[in-house]
Amino acid sequence: MKKTFVINQTEHTLELDPRMTLLDLLREDLNLIGTRKGCDFGHCGACTVHIDGKRVLSCLKLAATVDGEVTTIEGISQDSHLHPMQEAFLVHDGYQCGYCTSGQIMSAIACVNEGKATTREDIKEAMSGNLCRCSAYTNIVAAIESYCNNHTDKQVAEQVAS
Amino acid sequence: MKPFVLEQASSVTDAVSQVGEAATRSQTTVYCAGGTTMIDLMKLGIAEPNTVIDLLALKPELDQIRMTDAGLEIDALATMAEVAAHPLINTHFQAVADSLNLAASAQIRNAATVGGNLLQRTRCAYFRDGHESCNKRKPGSGCAAQQGDSRGLAILGTSKACIANYPGDFAVALVSLDASVKLQHPNGTTRQLNVSNLHRLPEDQPDQETNLAPGELITSILIPDMPWQASRYVKVRDRTSYAFALASVAVALNLDARGHIQDVRLALGGLASKPWHCHNAEEYLKGKALNDVNVLEAAQLCFHGAKVDEHRAFKLELGQRTVIRGLVEAYRHAQAA
Repeated sequence: MKKTFVINQTEHTLELDPRMTLLDLLREDLNLIGTRKGCDFGHCGACTVHIDGKRVLSCLKLAATVDGEVTTIEGISQDSHLHPMQEAFLVHDGYQCGYCTSGQIMSAIACVNEGKATTREDIKEAMSGNLCRCSAYTNIVAAIESYCNNHTDKQVAEQVAS
Repeated sequence: MKPFVLEQASSVTDAVSQVGEAATRSQTTVYCAGGTTMIDLMKLGIAEPNTVIDLLALKPELDQIRMTDAGLEIDALATMAEVAAHPLINTHFQAVADSLNLAASAQIRNAATVGGNLLQRTRCAYFRDGHESCNKRKPGSGCAAQQGDSRGLAILGTSKACIANYPGDFAVALVSLDASVKLQHPNGTTRQLNVSNLHRLPEDQPDQETNLAPGELITSILIPDMPWQASRYVKVRDRTSYAFALASVAVALNLDARGHIQDVRLALGGLASKPWHCHNAEEYLKGKALNDVNVLEAAQLCFHGAKVDEHRAFKLELGQRTVIRGLVEAYRHAQAA
């Protein structure tokens, strides 16, 4: 079956096996390998992407049933500048091996946009779907907290709109 | 994953008639909405449908939440996140909002629909591992869980054939609020079924999990607009977030002018083969004050007939303590109301 996708603001028309997940489509067909395959069963969050701005697990989504615009980690920087959330992860050392980091960052951006990053405890709860086997959690939470402190609601809203 | 044909539904009528037609050709057809359980089970080889009917195209016509004369109606394709965040849910049905917010992860709640959530299958490791004996997956093969690690499984409603537990939270809250589901049959008829009758006890046919007819589709969920002073959902699990319940309780409560219990609903999750309605404890509590003696007696009544082994013995006390916490939290909230 043939389907047209908008991924990172670019249109792609692809021939699909109905079994293909969005995750495999991104990695195998489009070489967008920033989105990671951790468990492939919805446990770890490494494959988190946005569909119409909402964070979802691309491993539990059949590509043929994608019903909106997809944004991956490759699509969040603008004019070769890192997204401020990426900057915050760098500054706070919010990773160790880095395997889960793209999923963490995609989840963190959505978590802030959902208005769920008001306290440290809220951030922990809202980010519980992203596991980090190196256990860099303290710095991940610190990165998100600092992002929120450095960005006014208006700036966040503008980023969502853009 | 076994190859399958993917069909997009163009309407509810179209979806159910496609399944009805496939049944006449002995084809296994499943509905798929958010896919967070179905795709998981297809990867594991537990679900091997010939045809998958994608319901997401129907979302715009089937994801509304509205107050009707009969109560609050939630369309089946609304996501868990959409329902949990809806003002009508947050203000009138706290237990429902809590049961959704405490379930799964934010990513899963953004994709999973409430209709699909009700039908999620057990997380019993012996069911999900295709190599172990499991009467639910392969009728007549036996139940490896009973000689294995059954720590996460049921102590209420079990049978010789199966000790799997129902893993969900939302259905437990719905049972406590006397909710029902609206169903569309492939032959064009519709009916309403109480959520407490949606799931079946395993008995000697654990593979028969629900009272839905083949191809019958949940189109909406109806919660009667009872004026509960408090409704609460308490969930106890191994880690603070993103885990299935070891024990959970949904409580709906009304107090009379003396502060005694006028009406109460109690349902348990994590501990039973289906969302578990505690009729005995409800009857016992009506008209009584909520003191130490009465809450303990009610908590014990909830577990009448429970069957445990060395792996699950702790769940009897944990379950009772969860019931007590739920009752006390609901009571404090009702007093403040």
